[in-house]
Formats: sequence, structure tokens, C-alpha cells
Amino acid sequence: MQLVEQRKNKYCISKKIKMKLSNIMKIIIKYKFFHILAIPGIIYFILFHYVPILGLVIAFKDYSGLGGIQGIIDAPWVGLEHFKNLFTSPSFWKLLRNTLLISTYRLIWGFPAPIIFALMLNEVRNRRFKKIAQTISYMPHFLSWVIVSGLAIMLLSPSSGPLVPLFNALGVKPINFLGDKSYFRSVLVVSSIWKDLGWGTIIYLAAITGIPQEQYEVATIEGATRFQKIRYVTLPSIKFVITIMFILRVGKIINENFEQIFNMYSPVVYEVSDVFETYIYRRGILQADFSFTTAVGLFKSVVSLILVVISNKIVKLLGEEGIW
Amino acid sequence: MVKNITVKNKKRKKIEIFDIINTFFILLICIITIYPILYVFGRSIMSDVERALRPFAIFPKKIDLSAYKYILGKGSLIYNGYAITLFRTIVGTALSLIVEAMFAYVISKKKYPLRNALTIMIAFTMWFQGGLIPTFLLVRSLHLMNSIWVYIFPTLMSAWNILIMRNFFAQIPEGLEESAKIDGANEAVVFFKIVLPLSKPVLATIGLFHAVTHWNEWFSALIYVNDNTKWPVQVILRQILATAMQSEIMEDNVVATPPPAVSVQMATVVIVTVPILLVYPFIQKYFTKGMLVGSIKG
Repeated sequence: MQLVEQRKNKYCISKKIKMKLSNIMKIIIKYKFFHILAIPGIIYFILFHYVPILGLVIAFKDYSGLGGIQGIIDAPWVGLEHFKNLFTSPSFWKLLRNTLLISTYRLIWGFPAPIIFALMLNEVRNRRFKKIAQTISYMPHFLSWVIVSGLAIMLLSPSSGPLVPLFNALGVKPINFLGDKSYFRSVLVVSSIWKDLGWGTIIYLAAITGIPQEQYEVATIEGATRFQKIRYVTLPSIKFVITIMFILRVGKIINENFEQIFNMYSPVVYEVSDVFETYIYRRGILQADFSFTTAVGLFKSVVSLILVVISNKIVKLLGEEGIW
Repeated sequence: MVKNITVKNKKRKKIEIFDIINTFFILLICIITIYPILYVFGRSIMSDVERALRPFAIFPKKIDLSAYKYILGKGSLIYNGYAITLFRTIVGTALSLIVEAMFAYVISKKKYPLRNALTIMIAFTMWFQGGLIPTFLLVRSLHLMNSIWVYIFPTLMSAWNILIMRNFFAQIPEGLEESAKIDGANEAVVFFKIVLPLSKPVLATIGLFHAVTHWNEWFSALIYVNDNTKWPVQVILRQILATAMQSEIMEDNVVATPPPAVSVQMATVVIVTVPILLVYPFIQKYFTKGMLVGSIKG
């Protein structure tokens, strides 16, 4: 009697498993076209994004740089030693200070600039003029930082630049903007605004286009001036977009300047411009100090992640819809 | 009545002043944007003498092409650099576009069971990455060093672009697909013959994103490629500018190799910049659209 029951049970279980398996098979077969389409992407993201994340283990090891993957596995564990070294080294505070200062200056000057420019463009009535202004101002976005730094080197050259006669007329020695610690950060801020002022307006202009025309008509009937319309109709309507853009910027506060700084800086101004990535490049790639610089990179990535999460939380608390 | 008219006049006058000031500042911004480019273009075809005599001038009185003759002369790396740049731009863009569209289509399908898992898998990479050194070590162990494929594979797909495409695909009405299926089309036919042709705008946009990124990219060559015959033009320009900047900044001029003349630097900038300026007006609208699709719906 028992035996029969057991057998029955066994039969049931195996039937269930079979059913499940056949369901899985059915799903695999039913969606086989989709699986095939997804395969290259799955391989790419695992290989080039998740394997490097696994590679972060060398931040807790002493990897000499030799022996490839086996070398990484064999390397001795050192725990948090690299992080200790990082936080106690004077370069760390220099890097942090430079990163935060440069990003903050860029945020203060560079964040409002495209908003103001978008409001200005929006007030232009001649559509052709607006279009030409947009085309011209978007253009630098398409130039690489290599080219932009080339332009900066030539325009700011203390020997052949267009500013030299001005300095001569004033009877002072031409300022070497790219080679002077007290001017270098300003050059970074100004050149980044030059490059992305126009491009940054796109998102705001689009948001402005979405504002119902009736709101402006009502404001006109009530006798609002153009400044008042900007202040009470346009700005509140794009507040949401401004908030989102602000979060994105703050999330990037620790890692947004690399390409620019790397193409413009030189040993003379390392003191005021060296940031985490430029340091990682010099010490990691050029001097092959892989474990320590991976620790620096990991620290930076974690801080950046935390910043994005926190800023998003804040926005949600403010009652706006976050990015997630 | 009279009072009324003066009020009206006042109002009109105020608006005009606003417009004048606004137009003035916009013009100023446009001039500031364009001046550095015109400056370098104009002065790259000036003679050394004229450049010294007229420090602000943009338009040369006499055209002197000697700098161009020098950099485009025999044995110049520029031609090679352009070949590499064109290769990575065309092949890299095409490959990226294909695999991204495929992946995006998969995660745009609500019925696909792995949809959420795959979306999370790629979205995570937008927030957290292994960083420079682990990626460098990976590329090294894949034997991609000094290979032109290093320009293409490590940055083949971007989560951001895939999400933009996914949003576009998701907007295509399902009815289209269903009616095609009733007519006997299978999934592959639906994707290649119906979805992709309908998605030309987003494909053009993402394709141009990739193309411009490839055209402008220089860092991977700098860290992965030592062989200067495999360098794209951006890196060749960077090298010329780097020696120039070194000599400009080091007051005592202890540079090993003498810097190229200013005219040569300028001409190189022009040669690298011209192609992008030529195509820019035609591709601008795709970029504007693409950026909006991505950032509003993202």
C-alpha cells in the first residue's frame, strides 16, 4: 500500500519536474529568436563591464602586473592597505580638493549658463536668426577636447596669441594662462562653457516648447511683461527638467572633467588640476602601479554612485519624480 | 484715448529694447563661439610675417599654403591616421548599431521573460563600472593591445543608447506586428522588415552618436596602441600639440624635440576639424532629436 503511494508520489514529482522542464524548453523555443538577438549584448556586457568589476579585487591584493589572470589569482591579499595608503597620502587630499573645486566652479558657472541662454533663444522671434544662432552655438560640442585644447593653446599663447598685443599695450608680461596655477582652473571653466553652452540649451528649449501657449496668452491678457512671463510661466514650467539636470550634474561631480583636464594640463599646473583620473592614468598606466590605482578608482566609483543615489533621494523627498 | 495710445507705445518700445539687447547678447555669444575656429582657420593660411604683423587678423591678405604642403607632404602620418579614423568610424558604427538594435528590440518586448533581468544588467553599467585599470588589464589579457579592434570592441555597446532605442521600439504599435504575423511573418521578418525600417530616425541618431564619438576618440589609442601607424588623426594632432604646449609652458625650453611651427599646429587642427564641420550642419538635427528622446523618456 505504502509502496504504491510512494511510487505514485515519485511519479507525480517526476511529472512535475518534467512539466517544468518542458515549460522552460517551451519558453526557450518560443523565444529563441529573441535569445539569439540578445546573445552578443550579453557577451559584451559581461566581458567588458562585469569582468572589469570582478577585476576590482586587485584593489585588495598586491598585483605586480605580471602573469595575466593567473597573476591576479596568485597575488597576495593585502586587505585595505591600499585604501589606508590612499587616505593617508597628501596626494589624496590634493586630488579631492582639485576635483571638488573644479567641478563646483563648473557647476556654479556652467549649470545656469545654458538655462539663461535657452531663455534668451526662446525670446527670439525671428525663426531664422534663432536657427542660425542654435547651429553656431551647438557646434563646439562636436569638436573633441583635443581640438578644443588646441584652440585654447593657440588663443592663449603668451608668445603668439591674439592677447599678446593687449598685454604689451598695458606694459605687462603676457599671462601664460595654461601654465599659471592661478589662472588654469578659470581656463577649464571658461573653455567647458564655451564648448557646451549651446548644446546644453537643447533640453531646456524642448521643455519650453512643451509649455501650453494658452498660459502665455493668459499672462499677456493680465498685462505681464516679458520678464514676468519668463519668471512666472517659463521658469516654473521647466523647473522639473532643471532639477533632473542638476541631479545628473551632481552625480557626476566627481568624475566629469577628465578629457578636458588631460588635454590641457601640464606638470606646471598639476598642483591645481590633478584629479583622480589623471592621477590614475599617470600612476597606473604609465608607472604600472595597478593595485593602488584600482583602489583609487574604486573609491571614486563608490563615491560617485553614492552621490547619485543620495541626490535622487533628495529630489524625491522634494516631491518631484526622480530619475528611477 | 490719448492716454491709451501712449501706454501702447510705451509697451511696444519696451519690447523692442528687450529684443535689441537679447539679440545683441546672442550675437555676441555666436561671435565668441566662432572666433577661435575662424582664427585658427584663417591664420593657418597666413605667412609667418603677416601673422606677426597682424595679431588679431582672421582673414589673410595673401594666402600661404606652405604649412599644409609640409604636413600633407610625403610620408605624412595624417593619411594613415585618416584611414584609421575612417575605419573605426564606419566599421565601429555599423557593428555597434547592429548589436545595440538587436538587444534593444529584445528588451522592448513586454512578453519576453528575461526582459527585466537584461534591462537591469545593462542599466547597472551606467551607474557602476570597473574603471580604467581593470579595463586596461582586461584589454591587455585579451591581446587587443596594438590592434585596431581595440578602438571598436571595448566600447561596442552603450546602455544609454540601448535604452533610447528600446523606448523607440516600444512605441511602435503592436497591431502592426500582429497583422504581419497573421499574414504569416515570423519574428525575424517582423524585426528586419517591419521594426527596423520604421526605426530609421532612431537608428540614424544613434548611428551618428557613435560616428561622432569614434571620430573624436583619442584616449584608447593613447593607452592601448604604441604603433603610431595605427593612430587615428586625433592622436596625431594631440602629439603635435603636446610638444608645442610643453615648449610654451616650460620657460627654459628643455624640450627634446623642437616644437612644430605655429602654422603647422594650426594647419593640423584645421585638417582634423574640417570634416566634422562639413557634416555637422546636416547631422545636427538628428543629435538634437536623439538627445531629447533619450533624456526625457530615459
